[in-house]
Amino acid sequence: MGRLWLHRYVRFVAVAAAILITAGGAVTSTGSGLSVPDWPNTYGYSMITFPPSMMVGGIFYEHGHRLIATTVGLLTIGLAVWLARAEPREWVRRLGWLALGAVVLQGLLGGITVLYFLPAPVSIGHAGLAHLFFTLIVCLGVLTSPGWRRSYGRSEPPEDRTLLRLALLAPAAVYAQILLGAVMRHTGAGLAIPDFPLAFGHLVPPSWSAAIGIHFAHRVGAAVVTVIVFAAASRALAHHWARTELTRPAMLLVGLLLLQIGLGAWTVLSGKHVTVNTAHVTAGSLVLATAAVLALRAHRSRFPDAAEASGRAGTGAEVLP
Amino acid sequence: MQHRTLWAFASILVLAAAAACGGGSDAPAEAPAEPAAPAFDPATAGNVTGSIMFEGEAPAAEMIRMNSDPVCVKEATDTETDYYVVGDGGGLGNVFVYVKSGLEGSFPPASDTLILDQKGCRYTPHVFGIQVGQTLQIVNSDPTLHNIHATPANNPEFNAGQPIQGMTLDRTFDNVEIMVPFKCDVHGWMNAYVGVLDHPFFAVSGSDGAFDISGLPPGTYEIEAWHEELGTQTQSVTVAEGGTADVSFTFSVG
Repeated sequence: MGRLWLHRYVRFVAVAAAILITAGGAVTSTGSGLSVPDWPNTYGYSMITFPPSMMVGGIFYEHGHRLIATTVGLLTIGLAVWLARAEPREWVRRLGWLALGAVVLQGLLGGITVLYFLPAPVSIGHAGLAHLFFTLIVCLGVLTSPGWRRSYGRSEPPEDRTLLRLALLAPAAVYAQILLGAVMRHTGAGLAIPDFPLAFGHLVPPSWSAAIGIHFAHRVGAAVVTVIVFAAASRALAHHWARTELTRPAMLLVGLLLLQIGLGAWTVLSGKHVTVNTAHVTAGSLVLATAAVLALRAHRSRFPDAAEASGRAGTGAEVLP
Repeated sequence: MQHRTLWAFASILVLAAAAACGGGSDAPAEAPAEPAAPAFDPATAGNVTGSIMFEGEAPAAEMIRMNSDPVCVKEATDTETDYYVVGDGGGLGNVFVYVKSGLEGSFPPASDTLILDQKGCRYTPHVFGIQVGQTLQIVNSDPTLHNIHATPANNPEFNAGQPIQGMTLDRTFDNVEIMVPFKCDVHGWMNAYVGVLDHPFFAVSGSDGAFDISGLPPGTYEIEAWHEELGTQTQSVTVAEGGTADVSFTFSVG
């Protein structure tokens, strides 16, 4: 019962982290990153005592982002402590502390980027770590789930080397693409190529600059990610149709990827509409997390607790709630 | 494996952050040397006058939606964009005109303090000039909070909050720069530009397009006109002793 509540808590933290990423995306999409010049204070007030009536204009986004980030930070402390007290697997407990370290580092990067006027390397690091943090929390959700503990009712590991490789490659490719997107976002290259799907009316841009290169690389990256994700998903769907723990994330991954491509195109065509641009950030994180879930589940048999879980699955010793 | 990847990434981020800490300092500038007196007889000074004209149809001003801050909605008296200030006679306002080259000697910074006011959630003036070392006082006259964020290329960037009505902030610029942009990140529509020069020979055209640069030593100069949307134009002009040289610029879209 206690472990089930821990799993539910992790899911709650994951939802909070997704909201935080959305809030962070809104800060950059609205250009509000420096609307609060000081940090960790807000216009001389402590973060908690800053009057809500003063949350106007860009401050609404920036200070709101800080408040949500603080909440997620506190939730992550609770998660790490809960895991330390209730989780029997040491490596999972360590992941809890890693998540806490990541959220602390993330807060520091957020502060540094404000105090130093949004230097691109720090802002890109802040964006990149945000997606890693969210994915780590989602992974903890998988690792603490009842299905994981009973190896999804399977005693036989899937020895499909192609799937195993593609399932690892997919989140790596998605993350590389997210980093490219962060570079594009924080170097102001989001509209360097103003048309879509062509680039200045051509398949390849007729002229080049650093911004055009970054933007075009993000588009090429999207094509590469699409091929890899479709390969991984189709492998799971075609060869492991009976394994719902693989087919569900595979189908969700394809759906989210299509949504993400559409949002990316819409972002360009709408001239970086704030809502669309922000949704593109959130959907990118969801694609990464879903790819990570597929990878974890595909590689279930390789984790330290696999043998124990397989034994339980084989004997039916543990029944899902 | 994932542990190692995450730790490696975290280490890279820490190093990147440490590297970033090396820049962006806001250290006070060294005290400027005592300025030399003008190396010419003021009795021989002349003027450059003229007008900035706009040719064609200027893009219409757009309404600014200020509803992200109710105080701005209440206080604002000017809610239209001012990228193109075109008078009845076709004169173009808010053009910064200055002597780009041809001057000799050095000129002391003006002793008066310039005011950049934040009023009605707009900057007043929108375009202006200042000398290196001259004091700029930034005032918040609004009953709402602003941040004043200068994004220069040749001077230190700064971003300061002014949460209380009546707050002031004094700043100087150390280096010549055309132009230093100001913006308020709270109210994204607020922007202003200042031209920083090491001499006092500049002007901003009025809504009729007219400008007057006075007190110039006799000589031949390159005069540049800068507009925030239309770019720059330059012309050469010769000022005789006690004379007035006329120069006009014509801008158009496209």
